Amino acid sequence: MLAGKQGHATKKSMEILVALGEIYGAKRLVPVSSVQVSGVSYKNLGDAGIEFLSELAEDGRARVKTTLNPAGMDLENWRLQGIDPGFASKQLEVIDAYRRLGLEISCTCTPYLAGNEPGFGEHIAWGESSAVVYANSVLGARTNREGGPSALAASLTGRTPLYGYHLDANRVATLTVDVSAELATPEDFAAMGYSVGKVVKNGVPYFRGIRQAGLEESKELSAALASSGGVAMYHMEGVTPEAKSPPSGTEAISFGRRDLAEATAGLNDEGDPDFVSVGCPHCSLKELATIAGLLRSRKVTREFWICCSREVKRQSDEKGYSKVIEGSGAKFACDTCMVVAPIEGMGFHVVATNSAKACHYLRNSGLRVRFLTLERCVMEATRPR
Amino acid sequence: MRLKGRVIYEGEAEGDALVTSQPISFYGGVDPGSGEIVERGHELRGECVKGRVLVFPYGKGSTVGSYILYRLRKGGLAPAAIINERCETIVAVGAIISEIPCVDMVDITKIGRDTRLRVSGSTLVS
Repeated sequence: MLAGKQGHATKKSMEILVALGEIYGAKRLVPVSSVQVSGVSYKNLGDAGIEFLSELAEDGRARVKTTLNPAGMDLENWRLQGIDPGFASKQLEVIDAYRRLGLEISCTCTPYLAGNEPGFGEHIAWGESSAVVYANSVLGARTNREGGPSALAASLTGRTPLYGYHLDANRVATLTVDVSAELATPEDFAAMGYSVGKVVKNGVPYFRGIRQAGLEESKELSAALASSGGVAMYHMEGVTPEAKSPPSGTEAISFGRRDLAEATAGLNDEGDPDFVSVGCPHCSLKELATIAGLLRSRKVTREFWICCSREVKRQSDEKGYSKVIEGSGAKFACDTCMVVAPIEGMGFHVVATNSAKACHYLRNSGLRVRFLTLERCVMEATRPR
Repeated sequence: MRLKGRVIYEGEAEGDALVTSQPISFYGGVDPGSGEIVERGHELRGECVKGRVLVFPYGKGSTVGSYILYRLRKGGLAPAAIINERCETIVAVGAIISEIPCVDMVDITKIGRDTRLRVSGSTLVS
């Protein structure tokens, strides 16, 4: 592959993987069973990205199951979203290149809810920081925090260099977090993750004192840890599959009621929201059921985006949730989300969301944020004006 | 002066050194349309990377930075070569996809500002 006998795209991909392997001291490459590629929104890729992908698509093909991160718009309903047609045409060029490369146009940050769910101990190469944490911690699969090109290189060769989180030695906890705060909602898990991420940085936190964490709690915690810090994995005693007491002498911190209140307050700016968005990471079916339940007797009064994968939307259609949600005036934003869509140019100033990750990135784009529970987000979106 | 490092992307290049002790973020820190370093507070702010042997400790910022190097290359604005103390994923991937000669594990404090540098494989000669 490195000699170029299997084409230009395979050769370039191998060059990337071998160089990364050398930089990080990998002894060899290992086969991967699953890839998640980030770098899909035209907002981040630009024209250079399109050119790079088109060049690879001339002779490159995915060799393993490969799904895609969210794009900068809903691929079907972008007009309804108010997306600029110039942006849309560039975004569709990006998608077309990925389609020619043989990737599944799943466009979600929760591939594990859309048919890409690797098993325990499998080597994978995933981009999308929140999904990386979820895969390592909850599923027990093994991946580093891949960038767009390195994940794509893994897809086009079916391999990744063996270093970092692929090795047992690097999956050991580096910080114990003794949790005494009562975590009542997924948003409480997010606030805790955002706070702990700042302290643990690139390390592996070990949470103690949490009785249970469902899919939604784990999803929000994963996303938050990866946005304030460079976390790729966490352990939760009695909950996650690889949780073992950390080595003696590991530093410990506590997370109590006051820490939770402070973390939540720290994610809130002043202002009256003119935009409400939930689903960062993309909503699960259970979250859509909750939203539909709340919207059954309400009308939406503000721009309200519900971000999810097309696959979960399909399941929601079958259950009848989508009809209720759309009937209230709320909009589904499939394939995309409030972080990667160009919303800063759409005239909004204050965004209400239930995601700590979204708060982090929207603030970087110059917007003000309100961090509320899912239920309160729906109330905000339907509050009389 | 003669220094040896590790090859990240093999090649031959020559140019005037543009040296900084501060890391560089290509995404947001370098204008892909002009090649100018635009990061606020950076000591090289206002300098253009085009045709220079760009010497900095390591890359930082978003992994999208790899694509910025590629875009510079396509626009004829890329550095002639990149010399790092310790190369990381963003710069390594960027150099490979853009075919910019890149060497790391070099003691960059030994490289004088604006000296003419020749890069050949793992060797730097002034």
